[in-house]
Amino acid sequence: MAYEGMIAETISIRGDNNEPISAYAARPLGPGPFPGMVLLHHAPGWDEWYREATRKFAHHGYAAISPNLYHRAGEGKADDVAAKVRAEGGVPDAQVIGDTEGSVAWLRAQPWINGKVGVFGTCSGGRQTFLFACHTKNIDAACELWGGRVVMSREELNPKQPTAPIEFTKNLSCPLLGLFGNEDRAPTPEQVNQHEAELKKHGKQYEFHRYDGAGHGFFYYDRPAYRIEQAVDGWQKVFAFLGKHLAA
Amino acid sequence: MCTSIVEIVGAAGAGKTGDGWIDLTHSVVSYDHPHHALLEEAITIDFVNAALGPGARVAVELTLEAAKQLSGALARAIAAAEIEEGARLRPRR
Repeated sequence: MAYEGMIAETISIRGDNNEPISAYAARPLGPGPFPGMVLLHHAPGWDEWYREATRKFAHHGYAAISPNLYHRAGEGKADDVAAKVRAEGGVPDAQVIGDTEGSVAWLRAQPWINGKVGVFGTCSGGRQTFLFACHTKNIDAACELWGGRVVMSREELNPKQPTAPIEFTKNLSCPLLGLFGNEDRAPTPEQVNQHEAELKKHGKQYEFHRYDGAGHGFFYYDRPAYRIEQAVDGWQKVFAFLGKHLAA
Repeated sequence: MCTSIVEIVGAAGAGKTGDGWIDLTHSVVSYDHPHHALLEEAITIDFVNAALGPGARVAVELTLEAAKQLSGALARAIAAAEIEEGARLRPRR
């Protein structure tokens, strides 16, 4: 039996504007080289599910980091911090882009990286993953899972989210994987159609998988939205996609 | 946050957190993913003290139906309270 181990810990990295932010990092023990993954947490916060998902990527051979996009809201339990951020209208898109770029830079500076880095996010993190992939040339793959509000009405735009991410599609810089539930209301199947049409229009490399019998957040095993068949298949799709695009 | 439905009003009063009572500054009402209630979306109400950090929060997550009942109960109680207050202010004969 081969020895197996990983290191998982909270660290501090440089985020947007070089400000220190907290992050959770996990990687297999050993010299690597490992492909890198940045995980952008969902609206419910930098929580236990995202700790587990970060370790899941490490289990599959990735060096993974999940930056705390809500760091500036203060210390506290994930649900309390997320409630504070919700009351503040979310976090600014520009700040998330800076924090994600900082996470990618941290990974790329490590000696055990194979030179490839991907980004993964669910819910608001799915939206932010797509947004970031349209604002960087520094990553090799992006996994957007049920990103709500990639398509935004004019009324939904605000100073923190001034432009709908779909408007940046022409700048998408890497292959994109999208997983969506056909019973989701944010994004709706119609919004996913618009998202896909824009990707096609600009000749982008993408694969979308759209699941019947699933709504929003169908990976979350501790929520009623969990759908075991779709989640098992979805995780397989994620790792097949990343295996293709992040191998050295 | 996937719905962007958030309503915030000032609050004067007190709420009891796991660590004891706090003075309140705001009530935050939203329709969003709950953390604990087994619902896809819930009416969430947070009574907070914005100056004391994220943990200064009294939280509930309700079904839409339960929130409507609560809203009705609040309206009835407030209407009755205003009658009571009005009676107190009327000069006695």
